[in-house]
Amino acid sequence: MVEWTEKERAIITSIFSNLDYDDVGPKALSRCLIVYPWTQRYFAGFGNLYNAEAIKTNPNIQAHGTKVLHGLDRAVKNMDNIKATYAELSVLHSEKLHVDPDNFKLLADCLTIVIAAKMGSGFTPEIQATFQKFLAVVVSALGRQYH
Amino acid sequence: MSLTDKDKAAVKALWTKISKGADAIGADALARMLVVYPQTKTYFSHWPDLKAGSAPVTKHGKKIMAGVAQAVAKIDDLSSGLLDLSELHAFQLRVDPANFKTLGHCLQVVIATMYPNEFTPEANVALDKFLSNLALALSERYR
Repeated sequence: MVEWTEKERAIITSIFSNLDYDDVGPKALSRCLIVYPWTQRYFAGFGNLYNAEAIKTNPNIQAHGTKVLHGLDRAVKNMDNIKATYAELSVLHSEKLHVDPDNFKLLADCLTIVIAAKMGSGFTPEIQATFQKFLAVVVSALGRQYH
Repeated sequence: MSLTDKDKAAVKALWTKISKGADAIGADALARMLVVYPQTKTYFSHWPDLKAGSAPVTKHGKKIMAGVAQAVAKIDDLSSGLLDLSELHAFQLRVDPANFKTLGHCLQVVIATMYPNEFTPEANVALDKFLSNLALALSERYR
């Protein structure tokens, strides 16, 4: 069972209630595809991913980035049981999407960078620690049902 | 994943933009690492103060960035260019090389907070590759 302090809960709730999903989602996903190009293997049907510019302006990637970011909402709402909350999504990523779970950490790191860029000096070490803890729990839950 | 000419150009271009703030970047990244990855504090048990803004953290952050600057200057041959630093880390400091990746991540987070417009995805990939190669060069003499 993951333990959350009141402060950690407040930090996570605050980050997500001030989030511009349509901006951060696409930025995080496109950054992931650019910084870790092998992740493009999961997006073969998404159209032109030929270079960084194409990735950044690809409407399918943008829509998917927003979708993925909203996927984190259920973890925010169920912080005390993220493992069970993501059981179904874990099965989906394993059985249907066949995503190597190592990739979850890569996207999490890119999301951290995008949030850091948005929050600037407001992204204090304490907030970074809490956000990364949250993402680590999500990443672990998403990999849980792989076999 | 070795550095292409494009990567090297991107790293040098980014470094030109951020080098004036290098001391602040180093201090913030180090302070941040000690908070976000508490296990890294084990290497600094001899410091009286590990807080952000403290004298040892500020001084050491500056030292770290001097090393990064050396790496940028020797970007065409990191393994021989950083041999002295590798020997220092391998034989004297004996820092577990896994921590190089950890500090590298913190450096990138700090650069993102301080230079959001400059740290584009293209700059990100080049810097990430550079820091990985830097880590490899630092590990050169370990065994």
